[in-house]
This record gives sequence, structure tokens and C-alpha cells, in this order.
Amino acid sequence: MSTPTQPAPGKKVNRIGLEPVVYRGSKTTLCAGCGHNAITERIIDAFFEMGVDPTSVVKLSGIGCSSKSPAYFLSQSHGFNSVHGRMPSVATGAVVSNRKMIAIGISGDGDTGAIGIGQFVHLMRRNLPIIYIIEDNGCYGLTKGQFSPTADLGSTLKTGVINDLPPIDTCTLAIELGASFVARSFSGDPKQLKAILKAALSHRGTCMIDVLSPCVTFNDHDGSTKSYSYAKDHEEPLADMNFVPFFEDINIDYDPGTTTSVTLHNGSKILLNKLAEDYNPTDKHRALALLRETASRNEFATGLLYVEPDKQDFIDLLGLVDEPLASLDPSKVRPGKAALDEIMDSFR
Amino acid sequence: MSVTDVADQEAGQRTRTERIVNDFAIQVATVNGSGSQTANLVLLRSIFQMGVPVGGKNMFPSNIAGLPTWYTIRASHKGYIGRKKEVDFLVAMNAETAKEDVLSLAPGAVALYDEPLKLNELRKDVIFYPVPFDKLMQPITHDAKLRRLVRNMVYDGVLSKLLSIDMGQMEKALRKQLGKKQKAIDLNMSALKAGYDYAEANLPKQDPFVIEPMNKTQGMILIEGNAAAAIGCMMAGVTFVGWYPITPSSSLCESLIDYLKKYRKDPETGKNTYAVIQAEDELAALGMVLGAGWVGARSMTSSAGPGISLMSEFTGLGYYAEIPAVIFDVQRCGPSTGLPTRTGQQDILSTAILSHGDTKHPLLLPSSVTECYTMAMDAFDISEQMQTPVFVMSDLDLGMNTWMAQPFEYPTKPIKRGKMLDAETLKRVGEFARYRDVDGDGIPYRTVPGDGMPAYFTRGSGHNEKAQYSERAEDYSKNLDRLARKFETARTLVPKPDVELQAKGKVGIIAYGTTHWAIVESRDQLSHEAQLTTSYLRLKAYPFTPEVFEFIDKCDRVYVVEQNRDSQMLSLLRMECNPTQIAKLRSIPHYAGLPIDGRSVTTELLRQERA
Repeated sequence: MSTPTQPAPGKKVNRIGLEPVVYRGSKTTLCAGCGHNAITERIIDAFFEMGVDPTSVVKLSGIGCSSKSPAYFLSQSHGFNSVHGRMPSVATGAVVSNRKMIAIGISGDGDTGAIGIGQFVHLMRRNLPIIYIIEDNGCYGLTKGQFSPTADLGSTLKTGVINDLPPIDTCTLAIELGASFVARSFSGDPKQLKAILKAALSHRGTCMIDVLSPCVTFNDHDGSTKSYSYAKDHEEPLADMNFVPFFEDINIDYDPGTTTSVTLHNGSKILLNKLAEDYNPTDKHRALALLRETASRNEFATGLLYVEPDKQDFIDLLGLVDEPLASLDPSKVRPGKAALDEIMDSFR
Repeated sequence: MSVTDVADQEAGQRTRTERIVNDFAIQVATVNGSGSQTANLVLLRSIFQMGVPVGGKNMFPSNIAGLPTWYTIRASHKGYIGRKKEVDFLVAMNAETAKEDVLSLAPGAVALYDEPLKLNELRKDVIFYPVPFDKLMQPITHDAKLRRLVRNMVYDGVLSKLLSIDMGQMEKALRKQLGKKQKAIDLNMSALKAGYDYAEANLPKQDPFVIEPMNKTQGMILIEGNAAAAIGCMMAGVTFVGWYPITPSSSLCESLIDYLKKYRKDPETGKNTYAVIQAEDELAALGMVLGAGWVGARSMTSSAGPGISLMSEFTGLGYYAEIPAVIFDVQRCGPSTGLPTRTGQQDILSTAILSHGDTKHPLLLPSSVTECYTMAMDAFDISEQMQTPVFVMSDLDLGMNTWMAQPFEYPTKPIKRGKMLDAETLKRVGEFARYRDVDGDGIPYRTVPGDGMPAYFTRGSGHNEKAQYSERAEDYSKNLDRLARKFETARTLVPKPDVELQAKGKVGIIAYGTTHWAIVESRDQLSHEAQLTTSYLRLKAYPFTPEVFEFIDKCDRVYVVEQNRDSQMLSLLRMECNPTQIAKLRSIPHYAGLPIDGRSVTTELLRQERA
């Protein structure tokens, strides 16, 4: 447990007695106004408000602007900035070998959709317990603005180059492949993003969250479909989302006619107040259809798209002991002499 | 043509009084997928059970069924278990290759063949034994599929008679091979007896080859290197395995899975004290292994050339971010897809410096199944002590073929976890800096998530000793220098070579891995046939230890024998030798896809000596 300081009287602390500053990281080196920084802020808020012990968190990333951001939050957590597109495999080894850790992986649209698409789809298949965030700006920021595979057909680069290939919808892929918590949000919608992140912290399984996060330097112009103004105009929230954590012992009255409630693994609740239409995020077919329908209207639906609260996760599937594999006592991992003798006999 | 005709024809090729006991090679040529493996292993095991040293080598195609396969069994009273270049006794079951197989025999060799192939018409200087396999199988079973599978047992029966291999041992070996499948045992026994009876009635002994009981295999085991390595990994306390199937490495992880399932369940809960994940490719396999190693698991993967190439980027990350990992490379013939089912030592140079930038990695070089077992344990310890990926360079010959060995010894040394920071150490060093050389050996202290010790940020980008992002020239070169210093420390941790110095021998030989078995035989040949006494150093690891350079200093010239085209180990030696030492190095390369044999080494070494 982190017990860095005795909080000063009157200071804001969370349910495990930590101040918000404990959840911060080093100073960002991304461009001023970058959507990624807004996402970092929401991560800090969500982990603080949920009272997550930073020393029980591992944060991982691939390569790119997005992947720099784990340095900017949770400085007391072990972090791993790995190689381009291959964070899912590193995260898989880490989470499986220490099942007690809460894992958050930060990727980008190039890191996930291009070089990392292979590892991404297999991560989704396994339903590994991890919060996997794509900070999605439709371009390669760190190499100065080339298109990424989530760029929309017909959108343009600053230089005027037109994207002539259709985008990959990472949320559709994630739902199809078996992720048990799939959401889309917008870095400019702090309330919704924070609610999704807090819900993700209460879910056991792969939480794939695609967050539209405009690149102010290379992809915030008129021809872009990932700019702030375009996103604001075309975002279609599915519901007004509220999150009630298990530790807040309050009864909330809601009208079942206008609100859908989803109870998560640890007893926390997601309340979705109906907006445009009646949306049930536990219906996989509806979720996939909705993504196609909104895309055909050039809109992007945000909010919790799909959740399967009780799906078996990868750790359960592997039948692991409760204690982390990484810290098992040598007596538990080296069989005794009788075992070796028996094996040797089988070769005589 | 009758059997008697054949006997008359071949009489006089060799004096009948000559007997060659326990010193010859049998080669069985079949089609893959024909079930010959059972017959071949029964033959191998029978000879082994008679106390005669044996080695079995499978030369098989990269295919599931229908292509030629050769299995060679060598019996050697002297204990030579490397490949014998000459085939003494051919069993020609494959119509497609039979003609070429017979034509490549040395005069005086023997060919047992399927009668309709009429191979006896090909040569007059080879002893032929025709056997009507189909006819013999007819009364045994009507099931055509079974007939095809069991047919091969007939040649075991014939060989039992011709070579005096005890039928009782054949039956024992068959039971060992088939376990409790009584129906299969009965069927195979019928075929075995049919062959024996046929030989007894129709094939008078014309060849000199005989197996006689000895006592040189008592208490020993027969095992494949991949299984031996798997046992070693389990005993090393592996907790995480990430892998992707590839020939010839797959059976390592597959054996390991079987052993882990059996021996690594928590006795109280029945839950697994390990995780094995079949990854989507080799990149992911090593990525998972590094993720696991980073949190403190004893983690490993196993692959072969193409997979190792794919692991290149992650290996560099492991080196630079300093994460333990054990990687088995069961080498096969490259480049590219190459010959996936043929052996070689062709990944040495590329693996020693795998990945971009300045990288170098410890390599362990097992030459026996016993070392597959012990070096698996060494590799886990060294990788955690060094906090770096360690490669175990096996090969197809070692990994997939059957070798004799003394039963493996239970490890006596405790598991080594290397420099894990604890409260006491933290107090001593004052402040945690992940990449600070506190002890002067280049190896820093590490923490892992959840251990209650300070966290750090791991990255493949430039970093200072506190693991913070840095592009400062001083931070960068200081770190690279420390990594070089750490590699120097590796020299004190890796297994030392076996050295056999002959006082009068000015000629030295350096070899490693499975090449060793050819050297053992070649040195005897050089000594007996050419009166050339040689000194010998068998490498067990890279980086080289001081013994290697001392050895070169003591010799006038040193032949580096290895199974690749480009003298890869010699190149690594050159990088570290002084000019005088370099001038002494000569190369004997072997790259045919077949395991190297002693005779080829002898011939080439003498050619260079006399040149």
C-alpha cells in the first residue's frame, strides 16, 4: 500500500487515504492541447476516485505519442513502454504472471490498428483482464502526421493528401473477437470518459476503450474527421452515463423506463439514462448493428457499447493458483526428487 | 530369382569368416506417414537393451505423409554415437528412393528390400536379402490400413534373425513403445514373428554384421534432447511459457506441457503453478515472456531460426531494458525456410548479436541430452542473475533424435533469482536506481510490481540510471558501457569449456554442440590412422571464458569445427582474439543438412594439415 504522506488536515483524500497528487506522473511532453493529456487527466481522476492502490497497478504501452503517456500518471506504479504494436503480448505475460496487478495499457491508432493489429485481435480473443485504451487521432503524430488505419475514407492530411482506404473500427473488432467491455469516448467529453474508466476498473476482463483524441498539431484541420470541431459535431452519445461504485453505499432511485442499469463483477453499477434511443449494452448483435448504423450516418456513437459482466477471463481459463506465479516459493515450482525418478524410469 | 541365386551371386564378395560385431550402421528407408517410427524405435531399443551403445537419427521431410524418410541406427561397441557416414545395412522399403539408396552403398554393404523392387539387379557387390512383405502380411490382418502400418515390423523380425537381435528384447521394446495397447501389441508381434520365421526359413546369413550382448548401457536412459530440455525447464522452476509451434522445436514445449500438467499442480488446490500460452506468433511469444520476466516470473520460449529472427526486436528490448528470459533455439537449416527438418548450427552468429544497435547475448551450447537438462537450469539462473535474455542453442539432431544418457541427477543447487531489491539492500544502497551499477559488476538491482519496493519505468528508449527518459550523450554511453561490463560478468557465470590438452599435440580442435560426437570419433581416427594427437576444447557457452584463449595460445593451430557454411563461431572468436591467436584459427565447416560425422572431419583436417 502507498502511504506516502499523512494527509494534511482538510486535504482531499480518497477511500484509501491518498491525495490526488499521488496519482499524478511526470510532466507531459506532448503538445499543448493534445487530446491525450485530457485522457491522462481522466485516468488520474478515475484511479483516485476509485481508490486504487497505485502499487497494485502496472501500466504498459507500445510506441507513439499515446504510448508516452503512462509516464504522466501513477508515478508509483511500475510502467513499461515496450515496442511498437506489441504491448498486448507484454501485458499478457505480465498480467498472467502476476494476477493481483491491475493492468492499464495505452496504445494509439497506429500502434493498435496497423503494426499491432495482430496482437490486438488476439488480446481481445483472450479476454485478458486489462484496461486497453486506444488514444485515437487517426494519424501518426510522432512521425509527423501520416495516416493511420482508423482515418476515415476521404479525410485529408494537412498537406492535402486524401485517405483512400476505409477505416478499421477497433470497437467492432473488439466486440466480434470477445472483449467483454467495449466503449468509445471522446477526450473532449470528460464526464463520460471518467464514468467509463471507473466502470472499467470494476470489470474483470478486457476493457477496450477507443477514445477519440484529436492531434492538435497534425490532424485538427478542416479536412480531418478526427478534429475537435468534427468530433464535437458528430459525436452521438448513446446515453447519459453514470457510475455508482460498490463502496458508495447509496440507494439511487431511477426510472426503469428511462434508465438501464448494469451491475458489474464487483457490485458496482452503471446507470444509462436513455437519450436518443433505448440502448442495451449487453446485446452483442445490437451493439454491432449500432456501430454500423452510426458509421453510415458519419456519426460516431460514444458510451458503453458492449459489456458482458460475467464472462470468464483469461486468468480463470488458465486455472492459475491464487498467488502470483512470479512470487511462488521455490518449493512450489521445483518438483521433488521422486518426480524426477519417475520421469527417468519412463525413459529406461 | 530365388534366394539361392542371390546367395550364389554374392558369395565371394567378402570372406565368410569375417564378423563385424556391434560396429555398424543400419539405415531404414521408408515413406513418411507409413508408421515406420515404431519399428525403428523398437529396433533401436532392442539393441540398447542388449547393452550395446546406440544412436538413432531420423532424417525426415518437412511433410506429413508420402515423402522419403531415412532412419539410421548406429551400434558402436566403442560408444560412438555420432552419425556414421557409411551405411552398412540398408532396409529399402521406399520404391521411390530404393535405387539411389542401393547405388550409394559401399561395396560389401547389405540391402534388405521389398522383393518386388528387384533391387538385386542393380549391383553385384552388395549382399541382397529380398523379403516379400505384402505376402507375409496377408495372413496377419485384412485391414488394409493396419497392414500398411504394421508392415514395417516385418523388417524388425527379419533383422532380429539376421543380426542376432534377441526376439525377447524386441518384444520388450515393443511393449515399451506401445504401452498397454494389447491389440496393437498382438498385431505387431505377429508381423515381427512373420519376419523372423521368413528369415529363418529363407535367408541364409551372408553378411558379417552381428549384434552381441554387452554391458555398456546398464542403467541408462534413451531420450530426445527436447524432452530432456523440457524436464530441465520444469526443474528450473519455470512459471511462464509463451510459445509458437515450429519444427524442430515444438516437441520441447509440448513435452513441457505434459510434465507441467502432471507435476506442477498445487497439491492443495489442484491449480496450476505455471502458465503456458500458445501465442499468435513468435513475436508475441517473446513479448509475453518478457512481460512475465518483467514481473518476476521464470519465463521461457522455444523456437527455431525463422522464429528467432522474428524475436529479434524483442530480444533487443530484453537486452536494453534488462529483463530475464530463456530462449531455446533448436536450430535447423536456413537461410529462410531452408530445410526445416534438417539439422545445423547456423544461428550462432546472428543469435549472439540478435537485434539492432549494440547487443550481445549469452549463448549456452549443449552437446548432449544431459546438457539439455542441466543447461536449461543454468539458463534460467544466468538470465535472472544477468537480467538479460539467454539463449540455449540446441539443434534438430540433439532435440529430435534419440540419445543414450545416464539418468539425470536431481539439482542440488538452489534456484538463483539474481539481484532482487529487498528492504535490507535498499537500506544499504540508500536509494533505488534501476540501472545503477552498485556492485561494480554491471548488474543493477531490480524491483518487480507488487514486491513493495520502489517502482520504475521500463523503456526501450534511452534512459539514465534512474530509468528516466534521457537522450543525454553521457547517460547513453555510460549505460552502454555498463551493459558491456555486465557482459564481462557473464564470462564468470557461464559454464566453462571442457579442455583436453595433449602435451605433444600442437594441433587443437574447437567444437561445440552436437559436433562434439564427430570430434570424439575423429580424434581417435586421427590418432590411430594418422598418428596425429590432438588437443580438444569443447565450448559450452558464449561469451568465451579465459580457458578458450589459453587453449589457442597453447596450440600451433586450431581447427574450429562447426555445422554451418560461414564459420560462425570462428567469426565470434576472431572478434575477441589477438592477431597471433587469429592467425592460428582454421575452419572445418559442415553444412549438408545431415549431422556431421567423424570421418568427414578426419578427412578434411588431414587435407588441411597436408596442404
